[in-house]
Amino acid sequence: MAAPKFEVPELKGYTETPPLREGASADVKSFPANAQIQEALGFPGELVENWHEIAIGRMGGLLGKYRSLQVFMDACVHCGACTDKCHYYLGTSDPKNMPVARQDLMRQVYRRYFTFAGKYFPKLVGARDLTREVLDDWYSYYYQCSECRRCSVYCPYGIDTAEITMAGREILDSVGIGQKYTNEILGKVHRIGNNLGLPGPALLDTLVGLEEDIEEDTGVAVKLPIDVKGAEVLLITPSADFFSEPHVESLIGYAKVFHAAGISWTLSSHASEAGNFGMFIGSYEQMQKVALRIREAALELGVKRIVVGECGHAWRVAYSFWNTLIGVGVGASADDKYGRMLQQQLDPNYPQPAHICEVTYDLLQQGAITMDKEANDHRIITFHDSCNVARGSRMGDMPGGQFLIPREIIKSVANRFHDMAPETILEGTFCCGGGGGLLTDDLMELRVKGAQPRMDAFKDVVDNHGVNFMATICAICKAQFTKVLPYYGFDMSMVGGVHQLVSTAIRLDAKQ
Amino acid sequence: MSSLTIFFALLFYLATALLVGGLAYKIYIYSRIPAPLKIPTMPAPTTTTGVVMRMGREVVLFESLFKSNKWIWIFGWLFHFGLLLVLLRHLRYFTEPVWSWVVLIQPFGRYAAFAMIAGLLGLWARRFLVDRVRYISTPSDHLMLALLVGIGLSGAAMSFVVHTDIIGLKEFMLGLMVFDWQPLPADPILLTHLSLVALLMIIFPISKLLHAPGIFFSPTRNQADNSRDARHVAPWAAQLEK
Repeated sequence: MAAPKFEVPELKGYTETPPLREGASADVKSFPANAQIQEALGFPGELVENWHEIAIGRMGGLLGKYRSLQVFMDACVHCGACTDKCHYYLGTSDPKNMPVARQDLMRQVYRRYFTFAGKYFPKLVGARDLTREVLDDWYSYYYQCSECRRCSVYCPYGIDTAEITMAGREILDSVGIGQKYTNEILGKVHRIGNNLGLPGPALLDTLVGLEEDIEEDTGVAVKLPIDVKGAEVLLITPSADFFSEPHVESLIGYAKVFHAAGISWTLSSHASEAGNFGMFIGSYEQMQKVALRIREAALELGVKRIVVGECGHAWRVAYSFWNTLIGVGVGASADDKYGRMLQQQLDPNYPQPAHICEVTYDLLQQGAITMDKEANDHRIITFHDSCNVARGSRMGDMPGGQFLIPREIIKSVANRFHDMAPETILEGTFCCGGGGGLLTDDLMELRVKGAQPRMDAFKDVVDNHGVNFMATICAICKAQFTKVLPYYGFDMSMVGGVHQLVSTAIRLDAKQ
Repeated sequence: MSSLTIFFALLFYLATALLVGGLAYKIYIYSRIPAPLKIPTMPAPTTTTGVVMRMGREVVLFESLFKSNKWIWIFGWLFHFGLLLVLLRHLRYFTEPVWSWVVLIQPFGRYAAFAMIAGLLGLWARRFLVDRVRYISTPSDHLMLALLVGIGLSGAAMSFVVHTDIIGLKEFMLGLMVFDWQPLPADPILLTHLSLVALLMIIFPISKLLHAPGIFFSPTRNQADNSRDARHVAPWAAQLEK
């Protein structure tokens, strides 16, 4: 690892709120998208001449389409409850990374153009004209938010900065300012079917290679089927699972679970991506377009169940939005042809969609799969709740199942588990620092600093409880920690998936 | 009829019209705009009853704020519940005969003024003492607190220091409500109090005081977690399926 060009925060084992340092993070900007990337998504290739008019017009449009945005623009009282809740503020000390200040970048403009007080008394209410400088600030700071929603837990009105960040990014895209990382990836999904741009034949090769590895390892012919019509389960997983470490270990885990339980399953080369970066840029249309591939694959393959692999934002989109976007779920009304078409095909006896953890947990409960817990005895494990799973989704029948189920799985497959400090897990969990479209090398400084609160809590359990493995169920968390752990003096192999642990412990010969 | 009485009578009609009309308009807007996606902050209740309970805890106990910051919570709660008691106590100036429960809470309502003022001063102090809150405070944030403190102090002064002609005031208020104007006592503290209250009523629908109706429309708090069980499609989004 090359020496970083910035100061890596020193870990204390707990996180203190720093005094603010104005402009500390102002120069941290991710690479903007070029014209080709922008135009592929239907956005202008460069800043349009009448950007002011377009931006204000788009803001007005969004205010009329999203109640969240309208209410959140009006309701904030500047109480300060959120000011110490964002990991990017805690890590960078830049006051514009306080959730309320990030919101105010837009609220100031909202007040100026859409409220009586801001039109006639701008100074009094802190209203501001929309200038190029403001637009630049939006680009900097709306791409320093991982849309993790931690602030929304603590706001007395539930104001969710993620909604405002999404609106900010959508307005920026509409005037021709996009982010290279996110928008380039969206183009790849539309063209090829996954974020990595891995074409069908390469994917097939990879899966065959993995099957050989598993058989060599275990002596059991565990399959990784793809494009199998009539399979029971369609598995939609982040494409990072196909080749990144440690992601692939979890993919092997899912395959072993299906194998051991005797469930027929398949991947899809058409829909080889669970991730949906359309959410990151706040575009309903982009999000729907990405999700549509999954609907098409499910109809084409005739599957009865759709299961989602370990990916945080993907699970939020799947759990909370798929029914809305593409009809994966139940409850479509009689005259809703679009919704019913897929819902009639899917088996209503299972949650649709289901998280792979829900599948594994149910099989464990039924005794359909069994574990050799001692196989994980070399690991002392903690669990990092991924933000989108924790605050944007659920698992199981009960609120909070998203916290319980992964932990119960870990406790079923391993003997040694220790949670991190209570204020840093469950609904108060800290983002890994790389979510929401920020998992790019040009934002490494922000990623390292934003990870500080999580790293502090991790250090505490490492030092005091000998923890040597942080399990998580998110492709972005895994990629982020693999990169960031070494900056803080930890080994990159300390992070991995829950199904990596399952893979280690599962008995493949138990069920014939 | 003194010009003072006419001025304040008209002022209160105007303030009431702006408060009620402005809030009704804002509530109409909030209710009309769709929430196209399910975005409750999880874990969230799965039923409507659960949502009502969650909203009740937010509105009555300030649950999220309690999780967030105990200082803001205690000052905010002192202020809001002091204000609530004070407002309920004030019903006696608008009813004849006075409802018995309003009579019952009079002593609590009187002393609640101190809770209200203490809460406000605590919140105001944070705007100076905490660097993060200082950074986000605008002039209007300070003026709003000044206005509320002014209302509280002028009100408490009449209750505890120099009594005003409260019988005359009540006749004025009862008269206002049936468009039968009665003379308003020309007591400077009373007039200050009434002017500030009218100002508060006027700016309510165009200021951050919209957090009061806003919370009920906040999708992160008022949505049930049932996205897998019910298909939720906004009208504008349904067009995209065609």
